[in-house]
Parts: sequence; structure tokens; C-alpha cells
Amino acid sequence: MVMIAVLSCFVLAALAPRLHSLTGRQTGWLLALLPAAIFLYFASLIPLISSGETVRHAYQWLPSMAIQFSFLVDGLSLLFVLLISGIGFFILAYAGRYQEGHPALGRFFLFLLGFMGSMLGLVLSDNLISLFVFWELTTISSFMLIGFNHEDDDTRKKAHQGLMVTVFGGLALMTGFIMLGMAAGSFELSEILAGPSLTEHSLYLPMLGLILLGAFTKSAQTPFHFWLPNAMAAPTPVSAYLHSATMVKAGIYLLARLHPTLGGSASWLTILTLIGALTMLTGIILASRSTGIKRVLAYSTVMALGTLTMLLGLGTEKAALAAVTFLLAHALYKGALFMIAGILDHEAGVKDFRDVSGLRRLMPKTTLAAMLAALSLAGVIPLFGFIGKELLLEAVLSGSRWQLGLTIATVTANIFVVLVGALLALKPWFGKTITTPKAAHDPGPALLAGPLTLAALGLLFGLMPAIPADYLLRAAASAVYGEPVSGTLALWHGINLPLMLSVLSLSLGLLLYRFWTGWREHTIFIERLSQFGPEAGYNKLMQGLVSFSTWQTKTLQNGNLRHYLITTLATVVLLVGWAVLRLDKIALNIDFSGLQLQEVTVVGLLLITVLAAVTAKSFLVSVALIGALGFGVALIYVFFSAVDVGITQVLVETITVLLLVLVLYRLPEFRQLSSRANRARDATIALLSGGLITVLILLVTNASSMNSISSYFLEKSVSEGYGRNVVNVILVDFRALDTLGEIFVLALVAIGVYSMMHLRTGVLPVTNADKRHAVQKQREKSAKTGVKP
Amino acid sequence: MTSRFNMRSLILSTGATLLLPLLILFSLFLLLRGHNEPGGGFIGGLVAAAAISLKLFAEDYRAARTMLRVHPLQLVGVGLVLAAGASLPALFVGESFFTAQWWTLNLPILGSLKLSTPLIFDIGVYLGVVGSVLTVVFTLAEAEHS
Repeated sequence: MVMIAVLSCFVLAALAPRLHSLTGRQTGWLLALLPAAIFLYFASLIPLISSGETVRHAYQWLPSMAIQFSFLVDGLSLLFVLLISGIGFFILAYAGRYQEGHPALGRFFLFLLGFMGSMLGLVLSDNLISLFVFWELTTISSFMLIGFNHEDDDTRKKAHQGLMVTVFGGLALMTGFIMLGMAAGSFELSEILAGPSLTEHSLYLPMLGLILLGAFTKSAQTPFHFWLPNAMAAPTPVSAYLHSATMVKAGIYLLARLHPTLGGSASWLTILTLIGALTMLTGIILASRSTGIKRVLAYSTVMALGTLTMLLGLGTEKAALAAVTFLLAHALYKGALFMIAGILDHEAGVKDFRDVSGLRRLMPKTTLAAMLAALSLAGVIPLFGFIGKELLLEAVLSGSRWQLGLTIATVTANIFVVLVGALLALKPWFGKTITTPKAAHDPGPALLAGPLTLAALGLLFGLMPAIPADYLLRAAASAVYGEPVSGTLALWHGINLPLMLSVLSLSLGLLLYRFWTGWREHTIFIERLSQFGPEAGYNKLMQGLVSFSTWQTKTLQNGNLRHYLITTLATVVLLVGWAVLRLDKIALNIDFSGLQLQEVTVVGLLLITVLAAVTAKSFLVSVALIGALGFGVALIYVFFSAVDVGITQVLVETITVLLLVLVLYRLPEFRQLSSRANRARDATIALLSGGLITVLILLVTNASSMNSISSYFLEKSVSEGYGRNVVNVILVDFRALDTLGEIFVLALVAIGVYSMMHLRTGVLPVTNADKRHAVQKQREKSAKTGVKP
Repeated sequence: MTSRFNMRSLILSTGATLLLPLLILFSLFLLLRGHNEPGGGFIGGLVAAAAISLKLFAEDYRAARTMLRVHPLQLVGVGLVLAAGASLPALFVGESFFTAQWWTLNLPILGSLKLSTPLIFDIGVYLGVVGSVLTVVFTLAEAEHS
């Protein structure tokens, strides 16, 4: 059933474009039924999971490599699944209306559902390898979503940036996972988590570094935070989905998931809390300086991700509970706020805080949702965000290290969070009404259902925190902490230090809001700093990569066939020759006894043909001689009773001659163009590589261990392959996968030739006169520059 | 317009007309006997491709292209699908990917007929090879033709 939930997303994704052309306007609602069903199914597991049980399903995938398709539902994955499917429901309905009339809407649904399926798979996977596959699938599908408006140059660049950063992290993650699997002795998360902590393992540090690299790039931790705001190039429903519940939380999920096994060490504590706190401050300070509504939200997401990383770094029981509470609160208000940003754009045509004011009367329902969500973000009592913030402060204050520093950082961040909350809760709605580009009005239910429901949940959970705590959060925190967590959530903790710090940040934040413009003007230096920031580094790196590949393409792939051959052969001669020379003893048993007359004759003929071919005076003659050479080799195969190989050789030679004859016509007339020195160099390389191959063959035939596999094939050909022709049985049965690969290569070659010949536009001359003229010109040119044509 | 290679040799074109069906038949024969005797999809495919190229040289590009009816790239596609598809039946009976499956059909008069995924695979290889070689040959000949 769990597997069906994941796979159904992909199936529906494949059907979505067709469905969209059938159902038109209502497609969004229709597709939303799937996440709704998934939500209900997993919601029915709540009683079981909250009592501390877990559900596990496993299907064999590659049993020989211990890779299973296995799924694990525990508190943590259940929390994520409910967020992904619940918010996904509203997003699909929202996207159907928001993107209405877009010519590629069907494709949009395809990517969105594909993304949803990948995300569900990621959080439900019990196997590291399948988790990694889903991880990469989220990267790819989010690339498609961010770059959805791909006609725009800037959008493409930003989508590319997100892809590069997360793929880079993914590569590190894969290596880390392999180490983790080897260290733990299992690739099943349930077994790894049940096993001992790996912090003392010798591979611990490299493994931790690589996994953190993967998680930090995905979850936009400093210095990788720059891709996330740029991902705002995506259509708003995508931003709402990717930044509330899913994509960027994948890294957080991974850290939370592996915390029991990898957490608790000094390096874990140091790296996660410091990077987390740094990200938290960077994100929120950049948010306070931005004016684009989506940009402010994106940077505040960076802040939230940093906070979560910091909490996971602290790793105490309290911090685990704070992390899952903060995560749920953030998903609720951030999903709502992004959708509201989309509504402002869609219904009023505004994207910037400076262009909007006083919409309260025109959009009363939107205002209500926005205020609830934004106050939750600011952590105002009695919303759920308040509880999240109180727990955060408590966790930081009771942390095992750097209490003072982290508390100051958190309070500072909170001051700016209040500023951002106030911007969102007040700026667009109150004050003097500015005329907006579009006549502002409340949207229909498809756009409004999501923000209203999510914001209302923020209020409900704030007033009745026992509901999320008992049903979901305690089980999730237990999964993060590794042992049952007993804490509970309450709105009122009495007058204590966290509350006083909250009041402090609230008042300072509101003060800052009054002087928002002034604050932005006074901190303009931050903009200048950004030219030394990580994004500038990323751009430099990309430019460097491009110029490096330009250089190496010009050097290695310069289009000169002779150059290619020389490079390839010389490399082979050097590397293989070096390996051969390093052998302890080179035993070449050359035994001429038993040589038969016909063999000597054929070899003699071959030698004569070779000599004739290299000294031939016309293309046609050399082609014919090379053909003859092939036929001679075929004869040798026949002598050694490799009839199949012989026949193949004859046929391949025939076809080669046919093809050569067809291209021959395109070649310039046969002339001696290379200098004597060049020819000597070519001859040396040819002799060396031929000689090396001869030595290799003699070495291989002398090695006795090579017989085992062929005797196996001979023995099993009839009994298991039901065929007497061993060669064929190997090709189509024993080694069918190799053959499949080979015919795919063959097909690629055919397509390559076909497209090269059909796509060229007037590059090659067409008529004979043109051709001769072009050849002549080419020669003159090369005579001047000294470059061989 | 005549091609430079199209010498319109009467002997060649008459010979080709007679040889062509035999060659195609021979290529099928090679394909089917391959499991027990020398032959197989790769060899058969090369023979068939050579046979159709013979038509091309004896007459011209258009004649060969008309005789084939479909575009050679379509043959490549069908071949790849067949070959890749032959890997799947094993999954349905719970064996690992690409394990050969054999079915014996008892036909009333002809006796028993053994069918298998390696045969389907070999047919895929045959079509893939014919298609690929002819795509290249036709593309080059077409460039010549225009």
C-alpha cells in the first residue's frame, strides 16, 4: 500500500498531460484527489504510529546487491508524508487555477506530480540506495519545475544553478551513503538505526562530511544558500510547495533521520550548530533587506532551515521536539504565505512590498489568511509559531554548549523575523490604498482554500497544541532523538526567560519595522559585500569550467582524424606499455611447431596486403586492400573453427567496403600531404601499438587462468541455453545485456550519422564544382597556416 | 539524375533481382538457425543489409528505399524495443531480469515449435542491425543522390 502511494504519483504524472487535455479547467482539483487519498491513508496510520509502532514494507529489487525497495513509516516519515500530501493537495488545486491557460499546463502537472512522488519516496524509503534514487529524482524534477518558464534566459540560468549545487551535493551524498552502508553493515535504515552509533567508526568523519555536504546543499545552508532565492524563478505554486514542505526540507529530513546514528559527536554538534546559526542569521538579514515578496519569503525559508539544522545539531530531547514543532509550524505558515504572495501577483499584479498597501478592504479573506500566517511566522501568541519559537529558545538555552552565543544569535534572528512577519502581516493590507496594476479582489476557492486552511491550522494547533503533539510530533521527535520523547506542548509556560526574550524581540522587531526603509538604506554595504559572496564564487567556478572545457575541446577534439588516432593510440601504448613493463617476468612462449601450410600462406598474404595497403596510390585501391585484409583475417578465424566470427568478419568487411565506397566520393583526390617527419611519427606509433597488441595477445594466451569461463559456457550452452552454437548462446542469452548495450550503440551511431548529414546546412559543398573549389581553398588556407586539413 | 555509382550494369541489376529474394531468405535462415548452427541475428542482419545495399548499387537509392517501405530508423526502433522487451518476461515469473524463458507450442501438423525470449532478442538484434546499417548507407547514398 505504501509502495502504491508512491508509485501512483508517477503513474498519474505520466497520465497528467493527456488528462489535462480532456478535463481542462478542473484538472487541478481532479489531480488533487490523489494527494488527498494519500493523506487520508497515512492519516489512518496515525494511531498506530503515535503508539510507538513502525510499519515496514519490503520488496526485492536487486537481491544480489542487497538493494531492496523498502519503505518505513515511523513518526518522522509520517510527519513529512502528511505535509507533502496535505500541502500537495492544496498546491495542485491552486496551480490548476494559477497557471490556467498556460499552454504547457499538462507538462507542469507532470513535473509537479513526479516531484511529489519522488518526495514521498524519499521520506518513506528504508533503503539508502532507493532513498538516494528518490533524492536525485527530486533534484531533477525540481529542476524541471524551477526552469518551467524556460524561454526566459534568466530562468534557465537559475534552474541550472539549483541543479548544479544540488547535484554536486548529491554526488557527495552517494559516496557518504556507501560508506555509511559499509560501516553499519546494512543499507536498510531500520537496521542502521537499530544498530550502534557510528561516531567511533574509523570512517565516521569522511562519511559525516559527505552526507552533510549533500544535506547542506539541498537545504540551502550557508554557503550554499544562494540557490534557494534564485529558485524563485519558478512559478509561485512551485515555490510554495518546494519551500514549505518538501525539496529544501529533504536535507533536514536526512539529518533528522540519521541523527540517532551519526549525531551526538563533537564534530556533529560543532558543524551543525555553527553552520545552522550562521545560515539562520544570513537568511534573515538578507530577508530584511529584500523588497520582493517572494524573495523575502525565500530568505526567511533559509533562516528556518538554518534554525532546524542548529536544533538538530544540539541534538537534545528538547531540541528534537523543538525541531519537529518548528518544522510543522514553518510548513503551515510558509505554504500559506507563498500562496498569498502568488495571489497578490495573480489578482493584484504586485510582486514588491513597496508597490502595495491598503488592500485590506479589497481582499478581506486574503488579509485574514495572511495575517494569521504572518503572525505565526513572527511567533505571536496564540499561534502555533509562538510555541515553536518558545521551544526553540528553551532548547538553545538548555543546550550543552555555547548557550550564550546561540541565544544571542537566535534572539537577533527573531528580531528580524518579527520585522519580516510585520511586513507580511501589515504592509500590503493596511495604510493608504495604492492603486495596483490589476483591480485587486479576493480570488476563488482554488486559490484561497490552501492559505486559509493552513493559516487556520496554525491557529488551531496554537490553541490546542496537544492535538499535534499527541498524534504526530512526539512520535516524530522520538524518531529524531532515537529514544521515546516524553515532552509536551503548551501555549503558556508561565513568565520565564524564553517568554521575556520573545517580548524583547517582538518589540525590537516592531521598532525596526517602523524604520524599515532607513534600515535598508543604512545596510546597503551588504549588497557590496555580495560580490565576494558564495554566489560570485559559484559563477567564477562555472566560468572556469566552461573555459577549461573549451580549452580541452580545442586541444583534444580538434576535428582532425589523424590527431584523434594519435592521441588514442599513444595513450594506449603509454599506459598499457607501462603496465606490461612493470610485470615481474614477461614469459612469451613462442612455439612454431604444428604450424600448417595454409596458415603460413594466409599470414604471408596478409603481410603483403598490409604493405600494399600502406603504400597504395589511390583511395579505391587502399579500400580494396583493407577489405582483402579483413577477408584474410576471416580465413584465420575459420582455421581455428570460429565459424561465426569468420562469417561476421566477412560481412562486416563487405559492409565497410560498401560504406567506404559511398564516402570515398566525398574525399579530396588522393595526394601526399604530410611531411616525411609526420609519416615517420605515424609509422612509429602504428608499429608500437601493433607490437604492443601482439605482446598482449601472447601474454594472454600464455596465461592459463583464462580458460575457466569458456569451459563454463561450453558446458552450459546446451543444458541451460538450449543451443549448440555457443557463440550465439553467449550473445543472446548468457551475455544478452552486453549485446543489448551494443545494439543501442549501433543505433546511436546510425542516428548520429543520420542527424549529422541531415542537420548540416550548406557546410559541405554539394556540387562537384563547388567541392573542388572548396578543397582548393582549404589547401591554400592550410598551406598558409601550416595546419593540415 | 543518375548517381555516379549507378553504372546501370544490366548484369548487375538482373543478378540483383534474382539474388535479392534469395539473400533475404538466407538472412532469415541464418537468423533462425543461429541458436544451433553458425548464424544468428547479427550475421543475418548484416546479410539482409548487404542485400538491400545491393539493390541500391544495382538500381538507385529510390528503388532501394521504396522496396524497404519503412524508414530504416523505424526498424532500429522496433528492433531495440523487441530486444529490450525480451528482458521483461522473466520478471513476471519472478526470475531475475533477462533470464531466458522458453515456451513450447504443439502445433497440429507441424509438430512442436520452441519459442523463447532469446529468439525475440535475436530478432531485435537482426532488426537493429539491418536498420542501423541501412540508415547509414541510405543517408550517405541520399547525400550522393541530391
